[in-house]
Amino acid sequence: MLVLGVTLVIFLVVAGLLLYALIRFRSRPEDSDREPAQIYGSNQIEVSWTVIPILIVVTLFLATTRVILGTQAIPKPDSAINITVIGHQFWWEYRYPQLGVVTANELHIPISDSAHPTPTYLTMSSADVSHSFWVPRLAGKTDVIPNKINTMWIDPTQPGLYLGQCAQYCGTQHAKMLLRVYAQTPADFAAWVDQQRQPAVQDFEGNAIAAEGEAVFMRNACINCHAVSGTVATGRFGPDLTHLASRDTIASGAIQNNAGNLRKWIDDPNSMKPGALMPAMHLNDHDLDVITAYLTQLR
Amino acid sequence: MASPQDASWTLPYRGTVGMVCLIVAESAIFLIFVVAYIFYIGKSLTGPTPAQVLELPIFGTVCLLSSSITVHLAVAALHKGSTKACTGWLGGTVLLGSIFLLTTAREWYHLIHDEGLTIKTNLFGTTYYSLVGLHATHVVVGLIMLSLAFGFSLFGLVRLEHSEKLETLSLYWHFVDAVWVVVFTVVYVLGR
Amino acid sequence: MSTTHAVEGIDQESGIQQSRPPLNVVYEWLTTVDHKKLGLMYIVYALIFLIVGGVEATLMRIQLAVPNNHFVSPQVFNQLFTMHGTTMIFFVAMPVMFGWGNYLVPLMIGARDMAFPRLNAFSFWISAFAGLLLYFSYLGASGLYAAGSAPDVGWFAYAPLTAKVFSPGHSTDYWTLAVFLSGIGSIGTALNIATTIICMRCKGMKMSRMPLLAWLYLVMSGLVFVTISPLTAAQIMLTMDRYLGSHFFDTQAGGSAVLWMHFFWIFGHPEVYVLILPSFAFINEIVPVFSRKAIFGYPAMVAASVGIGFISTSVWAHHMFTVGMGAAANTFFVFATMVISVPTGIKIFNWLATIWGGKVIFATPMLFCVGFLFQFLIAGLTGIMLGSAPFDWQLGNSYFVVAHFHYVIVGGILFALFAAFYYWYPKVTGRMMSELLGKWHFWLFVIGFHLTFDFMHIPGLLGMPRRVYTYEASRGWGGWNMIVGVGAIFQAAGLLCFVYNLVWAYFKGREAGHDPWDAWTLEWSTTSPPAEYNFAVLPTVNSRRPLWDLKHPDDPDSDYE
Repeated sequence: MLVLGVTLVIFLVVAGLLLYALIRFRSRPEDSDREPAQIYGSNQIEVSWTVIPILIVVTLFLATTRVILGTQAIPKPDSAINITVIGHQFWWEYRYPQLGVVTANELHIPISDSAHPTPTYLTMSSADVSHSFWVPRLAGKTDVIPNKINTMWIDPTQPGLYLGQCAQYCGTQHAKMLLRVYAQTPADFAAWVDQQRQPAVQDFEGNAIAAEGEAVFMRNACINCHAVSGTVATGRFGPDLTHLASRDTIASGAIQNNAGNLRKWIDDPNSMKPGALMPAMHLNDHDLDVITAYLTQLR
Repeated sequence: MASPQDASWTLPYRGTVGMVCLIVAESAIFLIFVVAYIFYIGKSLTGPTPAQVLELPIFGTVCLLSSSITVHLAVAALHKGSTKACTGWLGGTVLLGSIFLLTTAREWYHLIHDEGLTIKTNLFGTTYYSLVGLHATHVVVGLIMLSLAFGFSLFGLVRLEHSEKLETLSLYWHFVDAVWVVVFTVVYVLGR
Repeated sequence: MSTTHAVEGIDQESGIQQSRPPLNVVYEWLTTVDHKKLGLMYIVYALIFLIVGGVEATLMRIQLAVPNNHFVSPQVFNQLFTMHGTTMIFFVAMPVMFGWGNYLVPLMIGARDMAFPRLNAFSFWISAFAGLLLYFSYLGASGLYAAGSAPDVGWFAYAPLTAKVFSPGHSTDYWTLAVFLSGIGSIGTALNIATTIICMRCKGMKMSRMPLLAWLYLVMSGLVFVTISPLTAAQIMLTMDRYLGSHFFDTQAGGSAVLWMHFFWIFGHPEVYVLILPSFAFINEIVPVFSRKAIFGYPAMVAASVGIGFISTSVWAHHMFTVGMGAAANTFFVFATMVISVPTGIKIFNWLATIWGGKVIFATPMLFCVGFLFQFLIAGLTGIMLGSAPFDWQLGNSYFVVAHFHYVIVGGILFALFAAFYYWYPKVTGRMMSELLGKWHFWLFVIGFHLTFDFMHIPGLLGMPRRVYTYEASRGWGGWNMIVGVGAIFQAAGLLCFVYNLVWAYFKGREAGHDPWDAWTLEWSTTSPPAEYNFAVLPTVNSRRPLWDLKHPDDPDSDYE
């Protein structure tokens, strides 16, 4: 705020003087022959308009430093929620080590209140190229860089859905590497964690199509990239699908999560998000139908 | 623009200024490679380390640094008009510089064939070969120019009036030697 | 209007042009080593690429005008922003500044040519080739997706996106090689300019009597040596990684992505000062002439320019505030970035003081200078905002940054360039450009510039990151992007007026004579256009404004210096 205020004042003063000078000293027809007095300089003036800006710069610098130290150099409280964030081309992997949760693309965190602060600490790195985690209404951005671990904290007090997206160009689908952060009340968050810790749904309550879908899924190359907890699918290249159906979106926030979209995505991801690294699976219609039915059961 | 007669209006020689500019730019390039080298000291994940495979290249260094002396003597000789002495000293410079290159070649042969260290091996290999190699490339360019000068000098084509130009060339050679001092210190002394 | 009276020994009528066979003319231009012809070739080359880069920008703005647009594919868009940035910096801004430097420096210091004419020609041709090489990428070798294999890694080509594994094919190599070659040309020209200024000034022109343009080109050249070289080094490293299997930026082998960023920005930040210093040079020469007053505070201006040159080499990591450098590093770079505003402010204040008490004539060159002064002020202030790390954590890599740097480059540098064109065109061609068309150009461009770049700050403040080929409708960025796109139309129209003016004036412009603006530096003492040898007799000077002394023998500058 101080920075904004100071720069605004500087602008008004300097631009004002400039405008005044241009109007006041404009050439008028009656003085076309004389040249104005040639003034070559003035040491006092030079010194004053060097010293005053230096003082302004020092003030702004000190104010800025205070904020930097207040953000980057503070200790982590024990009540913090720790989340590991791993950036991929073009999705986000989230692991909650102390809570035993692994998920992708939609981040759930508890809100905090000043009496019992529960900020969320993100420990971040990348599996491939540089990305950046930016949810403007929660915090500034922090880059997510391979072979480097960066940390940041967020501390919302209002529940709601906070939107953001990757902020460091990372390839073809950088624009659709979206972030969705669900800040929930402690009760809602606890319920969500409980649900996410369960292994994948195995009992499809008589839904034979979904059961067949599970079998087809586990026979296909899907399991090389994707993990479904409690099954033979333990791939880590792509998002964890254990609770896929509990998410609002697929393709990292880019596509609404419903059966129709899911089927289209599995059939040919590049038709919906060109440049996505998931290959077209070349499944026949029947397999597509049953796998979709299976995945929509994975709440 | 009638003017009071100024005392002599002499500005620096273009060749020297131009060469100094080039040296500044080249120094900046070398500096980046040196920074990369220092940054990656101790960070290799695998493979041979400097302490394991590097030996101080004393002989080559002595030859290279002596060649700075010989080229300086060549320039001094030309300033006095002794073109034959100039030729001799230039020849000595080329010889000493070539010996340095040979010692580097032998060192690399040993590193590649006996120690298995290449530019691909690890971060040490990457930064070592690139830095020493960049320097060696500059030595080669310098030797080509010095050989040309030596050749012209042999045929009596280099005379007193060319002394400023030869001095410009010698500046480049001194720069190459100065870079070696830095590379030697960083790679063979500090890095091990 | 000129009030110079003829000065014997210098005053000459240019010879009558005889029409020559076209092939002879082409040969002459292809083999010339004359600084004026090379300068003009640089400038025309830059103007052509300005239009190409402008078309790339327009295509991007159309794609972004509405959310979820399908005007171009993501692959093509990513190539567009990479090519737009690379073209504008390396094949428009650098060549045009070297072009004007080439043309003006020898004339303004009373020399006949540059120190190394053949190096001059070599530098031009290698830079020209580099630009063509970059664009050949659209045709050469089939890339993985879409149109040819133009680079799509962004103009700053961050590692490890540029590694062979993430950027297969040759698109990145076109980027690397083209920029590398243009860097060689830049170092060559900078070497030439610096040597010329130090070694070839005419008699009596001590360093403290040189035009400020010469000072600024000297500092700019010095900066080029220490700024282009790190990029050259980094590109050698990148190419080694891609082809020799080295690990400079290979994070799998323990290499560092951040190291590329440091090397790139050690180049990238001083680079923008390389571009702005000549812009300051133009303003320094033009504002006094159209305020009818000597520049205020010449020594302070020299000190400020040198200071800016030095400090600019220490601010680079303000492009990396979000990378996780730690509080100490962030704090240092905040300090250095804010400090550079002091000498920059000094320059603005001195320009203000030059205008103050003067007699301001609003010819087209001055109009563009006025635009520069207001716009550069604003750009500098948004730069201060971004220089405050916490501000940058939100606004870095967003459209706020894109707006800020275009404000400097278009609102500052390009406006200063337009001023230079209108001011020196009469000297180059012997004819005046149309004032009417000039004013149309100015006002259309000002409207377009502000529509686009003022409003572009807002999506940034609302969270829109850069380098995105589309965005969701729900974020509320659509309307702003539409306005931004409309501004492009006005800018294109203004540019059209300008190009038309350049061509029209060549054939139909009023004859200019030696000194149409009643100016004070040496280039106005010779014919328009100058003869190949520049001056019949090399001048001797006694002050900073030799022609003022001649026109005001009762009150020469030499009495005051």
